[in-house]
Amino acid sequence: MKFQPIDQFAATLPPDKRASVYQSTKATHEKRTKLLFDQFADPNRLREIAGGIKQHAIENLDTLLPRVEAKLKANGVRVHWAATADSACATVLGIMRARGATRMVKAKTMVSEEIELAPYLEKHGMEALETDLGEFIVQIDHDHPSHIVRPIIHKNRREIATSFEREGLGAYDDDPGTITRRARHFLRHKYLAADVGLTGANFISAESGRIVLVTNEGNSRFCLAATKCHIALVGIEKVVARDRDLALLLNLLGRSATAQELTAYTEFISGPKAAAQPDGPEEMHVIFVDNGRTEVLASECREILRCIRCGACLNVCPVYRQVSGHGYRSVYPGPVGAVLSPLLLGKKFPQKADLAKASSLCGACHEVCPVNIPIPDLLLRLRHRAKEESVPSPGTPPMGAWALLASQPTAWKAALAGGRVLNYLPAKLLPVPALHTWAATHTLPPWRGGEFRKWLRQRPKP
Amino acid sequence: MTDEREAILARVHQALAPLPRRAALPEYDSEIAVLRQLLAGRDLVELFTERIKRVNGLAFTEVGALVAHLRANGWLHGYCDPVLWPRFAPLFGPGFTVETAFDRKRVDDYAFGLTRAAGAIAESGTIVLNEAATSRRLAALAPWVHVAVIERAEIFADLPHAIAALGSDPNVIWITGPSKTADVEGILIEGVHGPGVQIALVL
Ligand code: SF4
Repeated sequence: MKFQPIDQFAATLPPDKRASVYQSTKATHEKRTKLLFDQFADPNRLREIAGGIKQHAIENLDTLLPRVEAKLKANGVRVHWAATADSACATVLGIMRARGATRMVKAKTMVSEEIELAPYLEKHGMEALETDLGEFIVQIDHDHPSHIVRPIIHKNRREIATSFEREGLGAYDDDPGTITRRARHFLRHKYLAADVGLTGANFISAESGRIVLVTNEGNSRFCLAATKCHIALVGIEKVVARDRDLALLLNLLGRSATAQELTAYTEFISGPKAAAQPDGPEEMHVIFVDNGRTEVLASECREILRCIRCGACLNVCPVYRQVSGHGYRSVYPGPVGAVLSPLLLGKKFPQKADLAKASSLCGACHEVCPVNIPIPDLLLRLRHRAKEESVPSPGTPPMGAWALLASQPTAWKAALAGGRVLNYLPAKLLPVPALHTWAATHTLPPWRGGEFRKWLRQRPKP
Repeated sequence: MTDEREAILARVHQALAPLPRRAALPEYDSEIAVLRQLLAGRDLVELFTERIKRVNGLAFTEVGALVAHLRANGWLHGYCDPVLWPRFAPLFGPGFTVETAFDRKRVDDYAFGLTRAAGAIAESGTIVLNEAATSRRLAALAPWVHVAVIERAEIFADLPHAIAALGSDPNVIWITGPSKTADVEGILIEGVHGPGVQIALVL
C-alpha cells in the first residue's frame, strides 16, 4: 500500500524526537489556554474581533496598501515592491550593493525563509547571519526550521552542543545556559560589525506607518541598534488599518505564541533613527512582498491571510504533534501550512495538495486560532480543489465499492444483512492488512447492521 | 520597481473586485482586552512594581537600594545617561566606574547601562523606551543589566493607553522582563542578546 508523503516522513521520525515535539507543543498549548481563560471572561469574543480586524484588512488591501505606502514615505522610509521571491531577494541585494554593504545580520522573519534570502545573498558574496538563537542553529547546521515560533523544536541539546563544538564556539557543553551565553558572545560582535539589519514585521499600521516587531531575545533590537541600515521584509497581508487595534492583537499574539501576556520586546518602528540618536539606522527600507499572496487573496481561502504566525495551531494539532514540522515539506508547517503552503505555490498547487489531507478535521486549530481562521473549512475547500484539478492521491483507500453501495438502496440493504458473516469470520481473513495488527489485540463488536432501520420502522408514529 | 508596484496592486484589485461586499472594521470597546479587575482601585506605581516582578524584572523606588543591589552583585562598571549622572553620582559612592559616553568597541566592559524611560505600563509590568528618552540604544541593550529610570507620573494603566501615547517617536520599545529564549528544549534561559537583568527605577 502506498502512503501519503507526510505519513512516510512520520514513519521515519525517531521516537525521542516525536516525544519531545509532543511534550513541548502540549505544554505550550496548556499554558496558553490557562492564561487566556484565567484572565479574560470571554477569550473567544477576543478571537472573533481580532479575526474581524484582519479580515477587514485583507479585504481592503486595495486602499490600505497605498495608504501605508504614503505614510511610510512621509516618515522617511523608502518603499519597494516585490512580486516574486526572486525579485524580493534582488531588491535586498540591490540595497546592499548601493551602500557598499557586505554583512547583514538578520532577525527572525518567516518571509525571508520563504524567499530563501540567506542562501541567495551568500551566493552573491554577502554574509547573511541569522541571529535568533534557534535560526542561528538551523543556519550552522544547514537545516530548516520545523516550527514557526520554535525553529529547533526537533533538536535536542546534545545535537546543538555538537554543532557548537564543530563551529569552534567552545568545547562540548550541552547546558542550555552555556549554549545561550556562547551564542550571545559570538553574535554581539557580529551585530557590531554588520552593515545592514534585516527584520520582518508582525504588523504594519496603515494609520501611522508603524512597523510592529515582536521578539523575546532582543536580536531585532540589536540589529537596529548596531547597524546603519534597516531593511524590513513585509508580506502585503501584514497591514492593519488602525493603531488602536494593535493592543488587542498584541495581547492575543503573546498569549497564543508563547503563553506570555506580552512578548519580552515589542518594537514600534516608524522610520530611521532620530538625528540626535547616536545608534541605529540612518536609512530604512520596507519591501512589500507578494510572492503568491495575491493568488491566495483571489482564492476561496483568503481567510488564511489573517494569520499572525503565532504557532498555536501547530501546538494543538494531533497530526503536527506526531509528525513534527519537516513532514510538511514547507516553510509553514502544521495546519496553517497545510492551507498556506499549497496556495502560495499558485499553479504548482498539486505538488503540495496532499497536505490538506493530513488532518483529521478535529477542529482544534480553529478553536485556538487568535484570528479565528476556520482552518478545517479551508482544508475541505482545498481537498475539493484537488479533486477538481484531478490531483492524484496516493494512499487514499479505494472508495469506489463504498460509493456503489451507498448510492444503491438495495445493494446497501443486502450488505447490511451480509455483514453478519463478520461475527463468524476470523479478522485474519479480512483483506485489509492494517486490521490484522489491530485485531491481534482487539475483538470486533458484534455486527448489528440494520438495527437502526428496524428501530426506525417500529418506533411509534407521532 | 514601479512596474511591480502596479502589477501587485492590479492583482489585489482583481482579487477583491468579485467580492459582493467588504468586511467591515469591527467596532469594539478597547476595555474588552484590559485586565480591569487587576487595575481596579490600584495605585499604578504599586501595581507596576508588582507586575514587573511577575515577568522576572526588578523594581526599585530609591536610588540607594539600586546602588546596593548593583554593588552586592559586583556590577561596578557601567554607563549612565549624561543627563542623569549629575543627580545620581553622589549616591553611587566609591568603588563604581561609571562612564557617560558609551564606547561600542568595548561593549563587554559595561556591566550595567542606566537610561531614561518614556514611561511604563502597569497592567503588564512593561517598561516603555523611546528614541527621545534613550541616550544610546546600545547602552540600553548590550550590558547585562539595564536600569530604566521612570517618572511616577509616566505610568500608563493599560495597553490601549500606551498605544494611544505612541506619538510620532520613530522607535518605541516595550520591554516586558529580561531578554529570553526557550529555543533549546523549551528550557527558559534569560539574557540572550539583550539584558539578563531588567530593572525599573521608579522615582
Ligand atoms: S493560523 Fe491562526 S493559530 Fe495558526 S499560526 Fe496562524 S494565527 Fe496562529
